[in-house]
Amino acid sequence: MSGFQYEAPATVEAAVGFLAGAKGNARVLAGGTDLLVQLRTGAANPDLVVDIKRIGELRQISGNAASGFVIGAAVTGAEIGEHKELAKAWPGFVEAMELIGSTQIQGRATPGGNLCNASPAGDCTPAMFAAGVVCVIAGPNGRREAPVEQIPTGPGKTSLAKGEFIVAIKLPARAKNSGDAYLRMIPRTEMDIAIVGAGVNLTLDASGACTAARVSLGAVAPTVLLVDAAAKALIGSKVDDAALARLAAAASAACKPIDDKRGTIEYRTKVAGVLARRAAVIARDRARS
Amino acid sequence: MAGYEGKAFKWVGTRPVRPDGVDKVTGRANYGADQNLAGQLTGRILRSPHAHAKILSIDTSKAEKLPGVKAVITGKDFPQMHRGVLPGDEGVNFHYLSSNIMARDKALYDGHAVAAVAATSAAIAEEALALIDVKYEVLPHVIDVDDALKPGAPLLHDDIFTTGVNPKPDKPSNTVQRVHMALGDANAAFKDADIIVERSFKSKTVHQGYIEPHAVVAEWCEDGQARIWCSSQGHFMVRALTARLLNMEVAQVRVMPAEIGGGFGGKTIIFIEPTAVLLARKAERPVRIVMSRDEVFRATGPAPGSSIDVKIGAKKNGMLVAAVGEFRFQAGAFPGSPLGPACMAAFGPYALAHVTSAGYEAVTNRPLCFSYRAPGAPLASFAVESVIDEIAQKLNIDPMEMRIMNGSKEGTQMVYGPKLKAVGNLECLKAIKNHPINKIPLGPNQGRGLAAGFWFNLGGQSSAVVNIAEDGTATIMTGSPDIGGSRASMALMAAEVLGIDYSKVRPIVGDTSAVGFCEITHGSRVTFATGMAIIQAAEDVVLQCRQRVAAMWEVDVEAVVWEDGHARPAGANAGEQKPLSLAQIAARAARTGGPLVGKAAINAGGAGPAFAVHICDVEVDPETGGVKILRYVASQDAGKAIHPSYVEGQIQGGAVQGIGWALNEEYIYGADGRLQNSGFLDYRIPVASDLPMIEPIILEIPNPGHPFGVRGVGEVGIVPPLAALANAISRATGVRMMDLPMTPPKILAAIDAKK
Amino acid sequence: MSKFHISATVNGEAVEYLCDPKQTLLDVLRDELNLTGSKEGCSSGDCGACSVTLDGRLVCSCLVLGVEMQGRSVETIESMASGEKLHPLQQKFLEAAALQCGFCTPGFLVAAKSLLEKNPNPTESETRYWLAGNLCRCTGYDKIIRAVLETAADMRGSK
Repeated sequence: MSGFQYEAPATVEAAVGFLAGAKGNARVLAGGTDLLVQLRTGAANPDLVVDIKRIGELRQISGNAASGFVIGAAVTGAEIGEHKELAKAWPGFVEAMELIGSTQIQGRATPGGNLCNASPAGDCTPAMFAAGVVCVIAGPNGRREAPVEQIPTGPGKTSLAKGEFIVAIKLPARAKNSGDAYLRMIPRTEMDIAIVGAGVNLTLDASGACTAARVSLGAVAPTVLLVDAAAKALIGSKVDDAALARLAAAASAACKPIDDKRGTIEYRTKVAGVLARRAAVIARDRARS
Repeated sequence: MAGYEGKAFKWVGTRPVRPDGVDKVTGRANYGADQNLAGQLTGRILRSPHAHAKILSIDTSKAEKLPGVKAVITGKDFPQMHRGVLPGDEGVNFHYLSSNIMARDKALYDGHAVAAVAATSAAIAEEALALIDVKYEVLPHVIDVDDALKPGAPLLHDDIFTTGVNPKPDKPSNTVQRVHMALGDANAAFKDADIIVERSFKSKTVHQGYIEPHAVVAEWCEDGQARIWCSSQGHFMVRALTARLLNMEVAQVRVMPAEIGGGFGGKTIIFIEPTAVLLARKAERPVRIVMSRDEVFRATGPAPGSSIDVKIGAKKNGMLVAAVGEFRFQAGAFPGSPLGPACMAAFGPYALAHVTSAGYEAVTNRPLCFSYRAPGAPLASFAVESVIDEIAQKLNIDPMEMRIMNGSKEGTQMVYGPKLKAVGNLECLKAIKNHPINKIPLGPNQGRGLAAGFWFNLGGQSSAVVNIAEDGTATIMTGSPDIGGSRASMALMAAEVLGIDYSKVRPIVGDTSAVGFCEITHGSRVTFATGMAIIQAAEDVVLQCRQRVAAMWEVDVEAVVWEDGHARPAGANAGEQKPLSLAQIAARAARTGGPLVGKAAINAGGAGPAFAVHICDVEVDPETGGVKILRYVASQDAGKAIHPSYVEGQIQGGAVQGIGWALNEEYIYGADGRLQNSGFLDYRIPVASDLPMIEPIILEIPNPGHPFGVRGVGEVGIVPPLAALANAISRATGVRMMDLPMTPPKILAAIDAKK
Repeated sequence: MSKFHISATVNGEAVEYLCDPKQTLLDVLRDELNLTGSKEGCSSGDCGACSVTLDGRLVCSCLVLGVEMQGRSVETIESMASGEKLHPLQQKFLEAAALQCGFCTPGFLVAAKSLLEKNPNPTESETRYWLAGNLCRCTGYDKIIRAVLETAADMRGSK
């Protein structure tokens, strides 16, 4: 129980080989900011740990706003924050990633890790839901793609099969006049897990009317939620006060939260609407500028 | 000793680099966990997962057989202590102390130690813990103080009979003691009040939150002696308690003080040292135990939660007529809650003719509640200062003027007995009143809050040695750990008396075999009491120098004065002698009587109480309940500030700990009685981005009880912030928060309830 | 489970060590290499007392496995001063009394150095957020933030 097999393969295929062939419990190590804490507390007791940071293609950001970005699964928050073009095209996604933990955590943490840790409160995950991220998954049967909202299935649980892991996340081509934003409520200004989080990504037409929108909520259900009713409240509107009020109401109505050490059902439900509304205003203003 | 008042200081009051500074910015300084002896083993402690359980059996046989395991111990390995408190033990119940360090027949809280192992690696030690089979019978538990006080509550101990009540109860209960103190007749005096406000307050357990976890290395020697390296707020305390709990003679135990990574009261008692010694003895190898952060939260000595009622009556003009405080304090699983100090300090900033301060302490299924910076006072003050502020709001008078009008000052009779000597309460109030913050206009959802605080400060026993080297440089030694710059203040005071350069004084924190007894670093006593010992030891050197020079010059000692580091003729009649420097005198030491060693061993009285007044501006997000602190100013009556930078640091650090207490910090227990937030992720101490600059105002009202006018400065700064923030939030939102911490969900619920 | 043999660079020097897979870089630094300047305050990445730079990037050494270090380079507090010359941040921390107990100080210094290398002219707010992962319980952060800002100004001025 005191040790585990550690592998640091150089290729995706080798990593899949280790994961697929593992006897017992295998874990992927990217940034390790969740896994190492779980190892220390005994919450995780893997037989095999596969470190994916030595796989070259997983360490890169490619593409551009027009074509869409592809972010390797081992790219850290710090590297994402330093990518100027990415930050310009997807400020909500980048800010959400950068909200996770401290500067030190940013030096290690990855969006794929945030997604696969499958906490409903992970900050980057709601932003990826709103952005419409597609995940590239490698496994024993080759590669496949899946929309981000299909990955987490419950707290700490994902839809990934044995031997599978995420090699990249793809942000779609950035439409003209579009913008995204993510906001979270924490008791301090840093270092906390979100009590509630809300992501909005929307596109406006030439008249300023919203033609497309995705709204997500974190920490209000067993998984991050994509709230269609909240998006519908925006589509067709000029994202004015009336639409924002409908959005907030729809967001609150979608919540299925719990009472826990971080917040109450009542609080999460109400503040989900507040944050969705505020995030929509930021996303709208970004789309306009 | 007298003669320093009004004198211009050369070194005292300056801000030199601290003598231990370079070691601490280079990583060289050795803290508790940094000690590494040859052959050292890793110790780990198995802890109860239950809040309250009978220990039916502990089977350690599997763990003992694991290769690499060198010792396993349980409560059976500890000597049995006398039940109850023996005369001469100064109130310490050694049976309880021992039972807290290692559970005997019952586990009394989640995290209570039940067994320990020493092994050749951390991994093996942890594996061994998992192999220890403890059979528990889980018992009903009680977490909240009000629940613990109720008849029929789950009983923790069969030998607690409430003290301070008449008649003495014949049945055991969780209620440890009743405290009651009064001046005048408050209940009768309320009839003269134009307004009476009575409120109830609740608060949760909070932790000191020092960043360095408790750590110890222990070595057992074949001659029956033990050596201990550890960080603590008093290695003489570690020596005394460890020796007693292990039935050893005090001089058989030698404790080496490591640097201490924060304590705030939490390291004024022991948790792991006897365990390490027993493991080392059994294993015949040195053993290091370093607590994890989880263990620090679950099993050390946090500050109690409370339940408090305060009733205050006033005239229309704001003059107070009567006040009553009823304070119910949790203890942890064993008595030790600072209820008495809370009752004593609660109304300290006010001159009251009619006041009652009373309360109960009850044991609960939590870790031992122990000292945290001005123990008890922040909670009592939170309640009192909130009610004072509400009276000012209801009367529509300036809360500052109301405090000045009623402020305690020299001559005020305190509820706990003495009359105040020279103190700085009114000066602190006026400094805040005149501060430019009051002129800054507030925007929407912003509020400004004010609160005052009081703390006693302590004196007590300290020893010091001043050794003059052959070249006139000085090594000065005390037994008080340097928790935040006290080496610098000791060196400054010694340099002042000796008249030599600060850089020629090297301060040392000596181990228990190297220097005389020093009490623990508590009650803001070190700069006051240990500083007084240093001053006297340095004065001893000066006297010896004068005597030796007088002999050389063949004059009376009165004919030799000490000025600016030199012996000089006292006047024309003393002869035309050339002044001799300390270095010159030291060079002749062999011929004039041997080494120059000054020493002092004192029990210092005369500690001066401290006052603090804080003001802050906050902005509350009315849709989320989030609080942002915009500005913060803290005034404090410091007495003479020996090293002003470190006095400011005490004020700033205390304020920020109070801010954390006010807004976010709390022990959160599940229905199962287990602690849910035993880490820095969810036990939320303030981070740098939460805060503005904290502006300190030092007011130097000299303490007449100290040769340099020193008052303790370490503690009172944590007293006002809780109410200062509650009062600011009240003025920003119109809702009064009476339940700490004032988290966003609680504030938002209160705002919504008011709508 | 046998130990891993790792070759890495620590403070500019090649080192080799053996470690268990579960040992963190912090465990390796403190227990295998006797570099105890990096402190353990939480082991969960929440306090920053173990801050080091890994291939130039600021991280918590408690959240890095020792086995990950093969061929990689780490800088700790022990390499911050050069010879008898303190780094300007170390000198300023002393002069500004930006430490009390000193336990968090190595982590703050490593993190602040990393900030000034990336941003020689940080605002107070940027400095506070950059250092939000370094907990200090003694100072209330005031003197630490001032020391970092003053050092930044000094270093800009001396260039």
